Amino acid sequence: MSSIFIARATQVAARSLDGEMMIMSARDSTLFTLNPVGTVIWQSADGKTPLAEIVERKVCAEFEVDPAEAMKDAEGFVNDLASHGILVVSGDPIAPPRAAPGEAR
Amino acid sequence: MGELATTGQQVIIEIGGMAVEVRSESPEFLEMLERRYSGFLSPEALPGFELDVELVAPGRITREEDLSVRFEAGRWLIERGDLRAEWEPASRRGRIVQSPNPYSIDAVLRIVHSLILAQEGGLLVHAASAVRNGKAFLFAGVSGAGKTTISRLAPPDATLLTDEISYLRVDRGLVGSGLDVGRNGHGYVAYGTPFAGELAKVGENAQAPLAALYLLQKGSENTIEPVKASDAARMLLENVLFFANDSELVSLVFESACEVVRNVPVYRLTFVPDERVWELIG
Repeated sequence: MSSIFIARATQVAARSLDGEMMIMSARDSTLFTLNPVGTVIWQSADGKTPLAEIVERKVCAEFEVDPAEAMKDAEGFVNDLASHGILVVSGDPIAPPRAAPGEAR
Repeated sequence: MGELATTGQQVIIEIGGMAVEVRSESPEFLEMLERRYSGFLSPEALPGFELDVELVAPGRITREEDLSVRFEAGRWLIERGDLRAEWEPASRRGRIVQSPNPYSIDAVLRIVHSLILAQEGGLLVHAASAVRNGKAFLFAGVSGAGKTTISRLAPPDATLLTDEISYLRVDRGLVGSGLDVGRNGHGYVAYGTPFAGELAKVGENAQAPLAALYLLQKGSENTIEPVKASDAARMLLENVLFFANDSELVSLVFESACEVVRNVPVYRLTFVPDERVWELIG
């Protein structure tokens, strides 16, 4: 099975409030609140760690979940976030974005 | 009319501690503004920004049906059927083309204030607000949630800041000053606004440290319960006035809302519409 790599999108604002991760798409203002498993996946989305490794080493280590079920749920979760532009999903490692000069306001 | 705020062909309107000099060649238009913003005129204030109003005959001014606010080439462009405006943050100057009516410039003022507030951690919120015993309370909710009702029920010793649009900014000068800046010394201050709702009555030009935010809903009994931070942030964001389709500003508003709920107590206030609800406030 080919690997899936995930990275946090650049046009998002994220904040942990009382242990709950809230993420807003700066593109369309959609707001998400992640559950604890989703939060772990989000925090591990560095673009270079395969999703399967995140599930195995982080999700399954911290939560009592069936590995196969956890992987299936994780794939659905990342695809859902990707459809809203919150996560970037790729079959290859994802390089961190280079800082672009912004327009001063 | 008492003291005139116009100096020549201008009027200075100060909302939330920010003074705007509005200039027009029409004395009638300026007099209308003086009446509408009578409690918020500040002829001696140093204007933070300037707006020139060009008056044109009534009629459609732009093709935009809905409000459009966008940032292009260093300027904010604001368009709606009844107005076209631009505002340049760098020079702190702007221009409005509209017919002689009070509503177009009122909309532009709200938008410009919201854009400035977003840059400094403040918010414009669909909320009534009032000051009692030196503390400000915000009552947020969608239309029908009870903003007008709770404003109408306010006791005589309360000062109504607004029944519609609350103005919240961080007074960083107050943080650490030893003055009462609210619980945790967070520095959030609620200001009165002239942006009226159903009471059709402008708020008082007053301010006070924000003590609590209440999320309103009408019910069969008076209850008050704390709201967890993530729910509070979501509900506050639903009530924030935000006009620009701009990713940088969306992030700023999100951060501001999270900071508010992290620092200010937030409660869900379910109330029967009679004056006893104010016994729960404070």
